[in-house]
Amino acid sequence: MVNLLCLWGGWVLSLVQDAGRMMLFLLEGLGLAFVPPFRGRRFLQEIQLIGVKSCLIVLLTAAFTGMVLALQGYYTLRKYGSEGALGSAVALSLIREMGPVLTALMVSARAGSAVTAEIGIMRITEQLDALDTMAVNPMQYVVMPKLIAGLVAVPLLTAIFDVTGIMGGYLIGVVLLGVSSGSYFSSMVQSVVPLDINGGIVKSLVFGLTIILVACYKGYHTEHGAEGVSRATNQTVVLSAILVLAWDYVLTSFFM
Amino acid sequence: MIQIIDLVKSFNGQVVLDGINLEMPQGKITVVIGKSGVGKSVLLKHIVGLLKPDSGQVLVDGVDITRLTGRKLQEMKKRFAVLFQGGALFDSLNVFENIAFPLREKTLLSETEIRRRVLERLEQMNLSPEVGDKFPDELSGGMKKRVALARAMIQEPEIMFFDEPVTGLDPPMTNTVFHLITKTHQESGYTALVVSHDIPDVFQVADFVAMLHQGRIIAYGTPQEIQHHANPVVQSFIHGEVDFLEA
Repeated sequence: MVNLLCLWGGWVLSLVQDAGRMMLFLLEGLGLAFVPPFRGRRFLQEIQLIGVKSCLIVLLTAAFTGMVLALQGYYTLRKYGSEGALGSAVALSLIREMGPVLTALMVSARAGSAVTAEIGIMRITEQLDALDTMAVNPMQYVVMPKLIAGLVAVPLLTAIFDVTGIMGGYLIGVVLLGVSSGSYFSSMVQSVVPLDINGGIVKSLVFGLTIILVACYKGYHTEHGAEGVSRATNQTVVLSAILVLAWDYVLTSFFM
Repeated sequence: MIQIIDLVKSFNGQVVLDGINLEMPQGKITVVIGKSGVGKSVLLKHIVGLLKPDSGQVLVDGVDITRLTGRKLQEMKKRFAVLFQGGALFDSLNVFENIAFPLREKTLLSETEIRRRVLERLEQMNLSPEVGDKFPDELSGGMKKRVALARAMIQEPEIMFFDEPVTGLDPPMTNTVFHLITKTHQESGYTALVVSHDIPDVFQVADFVAMLHQGRIIAYGTPQEIQHHANPVVQSFIHGEVDFLEA
């Protein structure tokens, strides 16, 4: 029994220590954004890697999510004779929950894993050490632009997701199932309030930062060669998915 | 002049460096030899400030680098250049951009001047200008080492560090790299530390040799002195005798 308690205690302590180290890592990374050189070019490269290259997967996921929401919503609402509220149901689901969460999960799977692998390989091939010995801070050159890019790209991708999802819902609800186009959009305009949109934006900001923080942290602390990179990449995808879902609950409880 | 005084470092309770004392005279090439895994690269990483020791000092012209932080440490690092074991070239940049990297980061030179200097370094390393367009994964091991040496030399360092510069290279390329080290040393007059287990090839570039064994320097002297050193461990190592305890 004592052994079990020691085991759990050790596990909790290491979890708290890891969380603390990650927070210090985040503060150092973000703090370096205010110290010259400002790395505008590196930031644009990371926007390309994290944002632009994730567009296709976000568009596809959004379109199908919107279509499924419209299909499910239509048959449920029809039972109560409220098909006209389909636009409202689709938009609220997307803007409040599905948009930020699914965008974050897609970015985590595509860009988060790539970021971890990139930094992890730089670690094991001594490229980070090489930067350091050239008096270039690897945190500022490698990590900081990625953190800022995550913070900018994920909310924009979420906005793209929301709009594409709503259009996917329109395609199924209006074009295929015959809901009136006017009621689809007017119910949306009436029911979506600024708090919904602000909540979505805050969520996507938090998710974006979380995903890229986990990806950078895991990559930066990679050890033990190629196997270590594989392990770090795996941990990034799992941990960022769990954190996104946990954050989603916490933030939703604030915005309800 | 670099002085290492009573340097101690352990990882997870295992002592790797157990009170290292070593001097690297100004303008000379000091070679640290020893078996694989004995801590040669760990020693090098302490001198360039990548690792902090448990105790001891690394004095560079009287300044203890282990106590420097922030801007002062960055300023000190500008005096160094390191040739890493695998080259540590940046995968995402081509050869030209790799060599130009330190100039772009640390100077305000014009593009024309950067181009001139990069081409000059490529020529110095017997590499054609066309190599500049290739990416690191398109290069052979020897070419990677030469490109990495060009990137190190373009910083015009006062102190050069070479971490296993010829490991994994064939004999002609080994000689080429040692020739380039000798040539650049004669031209620039830098102080150098070479970490290597390539015996006896490494003696051709050494002014002084130190042997690291079980966390301590057990022999120090000129290459001739080391080759005739009385310590049986040194003799066993330089003659490549089978180590049954390790095998």
